[in-house]
Amino acid sequence: MTAGYNTISLGTGRKEFNPKKPRPGIEHYINEAGKGVLEKIGGADNVDESVIGNFMAARFNKQGHIDGFFPMIDKKLSMKPAVRVEGACASGGLSLVTGIRHVLAETADVVLSLGVEVQNTVKAIYGADILALAGWFQKRKQGHAYFFPGQFSDRAGAYYEKYGYDRSRKGMARWYANAIENARLDPTAQEYQNTNPDPYGTALKMKPNGRAFVDNLTVLDCSKVSDGASGIAICSEEGLKRIGVDKKDAVEVIGFGHAVRDISSDPTDLTELETIKFAAHQAMENAGVTIDQIGTIETHDCFSIAGILAVEALGLAPKGEGADYVAEGKTSRHGEMPMNTTGGLIGWGHPTGGTGVHQAVTIWQQLTGKANDAQIEIQGNRPYGLTINMGGDDVTVVSIVFKRG
Amino acid sequence: MVTLAEKNTLHQYGNGFNRQLEREKQLNFKYINMTYDERLQNVSVLGAAGKMGSGILLLTAIEMADRSLQPENKDKTFILNAIDVSPQGLSGLNKYLRAQVRKIAEKKTVWLRKMYAERDDLIENYDIIDEYIFTVLNIVRPATVLEAAYQSNLVFEAVIENKDLKVKLLSQINQNGSGDTWFFTNTSSVPINEIETDAGLEGRILGFHFYNPPAIQKLVEMITTGNTKQEVKEFALAYAKNLRKVVVSSNDHAGFIGNGHFMRDALHGLKEAETLAAEKNIPLYQAIYMINKVSQDYLIRPMGIFQLIDYVGIDVVSFILSVMNPYHEDEELQHNLLDKMLEQGVKGGQFSSGAQKDGFLKYKGGRIVAVWDIHKQEYVDLEKFYEDCDSMLGDLPDSHVPWKATLRMKNKDEVFKTFFNDLKALDTLGAKLAVKYGRRSKEIGEQLVNLKVAQNIDDVNTVMLTGFYHAYGPVNNFFD
Repeated sequence: MTAGYNTISLGTGRKEFNPKKPRPGIEHYINEAGKGVLEKIGGADNVDESVIGNFMAARFNKQGHIDGFFPMIDKKLSMKPAVRVEGACASGGLSLVTGIRHVLAETADVVLSLGVEVQNTVKAIYGADILALAGWFQKRKQGHAYFFPGQFSDRAGAYYEKYGYDRSRKGMARWYANAIENARLDPTAQEYQNTNPDPYGTALKMKPNGRAFVDNLTVLDCSKVSDGASGIAICSEEGLKRIGVDKKDAVEVIGFGHAVRDISSDPTDLTELETIKFAAHQAMENAGVTIDQIGTIETHDCFSIAGILAVEALGLAPKGEGADYVAEGKTSRHGEMPMNTTGGLIGWGHPTGGTGVHQAVTIWQQLTGKANDAQIEIQGNRPYGLTINMGGDDVTVVSIVFKRG
Repeated sequence: MVTLAEKNTLHQYGNGFNRQLEREKQLNFKYINMTYDERLQNVSVLGAAGKMGSGILLLTAIEMADRSLQPENKDKTFILNAIDVSPQGLSGLNKYLRAQVRKIAEKKTVWLRKMYAERDDLIENYDIIDEYIFTVLNIVRPATVLEAAYQSNLVFEAVIENKDLKVKLLSQINQNGSGDTWFFTNTSSVPINEIETDAGLEGRILGFHFYNPPAIQKLVEMITTGNTKQEVKEFALAYAKNLRKVVVSSNDHAGFIGNGHFMRDALHGLKEAETLAAEKNIPLYQAIYMINKVSQDYLIRPMGIFQLIDYVGIDVVSFILSVMNPYHEDEELQHNLLDKMLEQGVKGGQFSSGAQKDGFLKYKGGRIVAVWDIHKQEYVDLEKFYEDCDSMLGDLPDSHVPWKATLRMKNKDEVFKTFFNDLKALDTLGAKLAVKYGRRSKEIGEQLVNLKVAQNIDDVNTVMLTGFYHAYGPVNNFFD
């Protein structure tokens, strides 16, 4: 994969964001991300087919049939095959694996893979209804007004009870602080302009308020509501030659995992992300690597608790010690396992359908030395990058292992 | 006195039942009298399309809707009559209600989901909010005829400040009602006991004075007379509590606490402007600018006194004074400057959008840009004279803080003490005017307690803090 591109993740936090003024629509973001990638790969002529991940433009933007927008990006994409894929917040990841499969099947050498979501079209209370579609509708009625925060609030509550409230909150506050620290290094991040001198303190002090929001999480524990798009090119070796990009400037997909859990059944253990565990291990097995060879991870922190549980799912910490692992700074950009180095979902933003692709773009930037101010050091004995993109409550997970080309 | 309910029961069951009735009456106070919810089942608001009436209607509709959603009230009908003389006003009212109820619903969706838990057809937040809007609007019945209020248990009166009109309306409803109708009047100046006597309301009326706008302002002044029934008082307090209002009791003197202070404070401002103009030989409009600035910046208030008069409306202020004046023989509660402004057609007040109309001051984008010249009958731009006036007033001490900054301060009292001490020590014109103003404001507050309008100075301060957004109560030691 190469030629990654991110638009700005627009929403509360960004200075440009004014809820009362009109904002760019979904076409704008598709256009920008698409053109951003095409520029770096010698133009649309080089593209064989396209795929776009998007969760719910039908409700956010009253727009279906998203694959139809590719020829809008560039006339030379006209009459070329394109498809839209959806798996809730894993739509971006599905865009990537769809492209990967088409290349592996040798039906394409260059695939343009995009992910997009424009969510600020509705107030948060109605956005909550739309995001709830990532869960099982039969459960919506009993669910919280803010359905998904409610689901993960329940997970957090179970974790607090099993392992302790204070130590968990410390881990979650540190997760938030890391997200902000990292976002401040990426100009496209939603929290790039955050000037709070003590994000850790703010997060630790804030208490969940069950009357206004959910019982066990604060708004700082939640990912942003974002408008944004990301894109990347997925190529075979021939495809890479065709677009004239050097292997050094690309990342190789060494392995991937893709797993789906039954959406209609509850998680067996609220304190475990079993599908992430399965898919991430599948990816590493497929790639023939172990966790200690991974140099950096982009994980799906839709909520801070999801970040902590992912740490445990990956085996970086035993069950119940994920919060400690994070609290000790081990997942910060200076820590032993830098995670979400451009801010993740809480710091960079979470345009639902775009996130999976954004994760690949960040890994590509880090492994090829193109991360600018957000650059971390990738060591020789840990040259691999790992992405984990989760849809819904641990239902669809796509995980990919990358290495510099 | 035997109630209607008792009369009917006696008629049905005869004397043997009478003894049982008496015993049950003693055992269960609420058997004969209505419960809170029952009282709220039929309510009317008079003047419902007006500025205050619409806000009172909104709050009452929400409260009634929320009560109607309680499981025990499932099969009960709640009716709120929105009565106003203007049919266009009532159309506008419905639009206002729908928009406001949506905003309120969006903030309490978590609670609403619980209340609609049994409704399987309402699944998403959108469905529930939409249903709540319907629930609330379905309670409101617009009407242009007074007869709509005859069946009501509770009547909110929010018509214009005209005693005779209030008496006429309330006595007509009273005569055609159940005999147990209660009346809450929003009057800000007419003594309640006079309405009570003239309309024959025998303990079933109290003053329930909201501040503008009722939906947002936390303060309510409650005024009872010597006759007010205990149950009416208790209901009013329960209702105010559910509305999350801060209730301050005022005694039944024209103007009550809020206007009792504001009117006198405004008169001080008007007199000071005239005096200043004469003493410094400057045009009145410049003096008005200066006194407005002193009362805002030097006294750390949200608005200067002239801006506040404009906000309430010069006509409204004038009217309130005219209602209060006859009750205060030893005070001159009127000012010719106000009369002149009204003669010249300059009224202030607000547009229906809430935007400020021009009055003593001219406003653009929420800022003051000019002052009315009473002689030339035109506005004079601030740019032409403000610098001269500001230098006449002199600089503010460094310890100065703007009102907005005080809202979240934890050590407010210290900050004020320091600032006002600096002001007292300063020899500038502005400082001297400010200290005089602050002392007069305190005097007014103490006068309200002496006149027995307010029960104590805490109540005076609470009213000014909560209703007028003052940063500190007028009765303090800062200017001693």
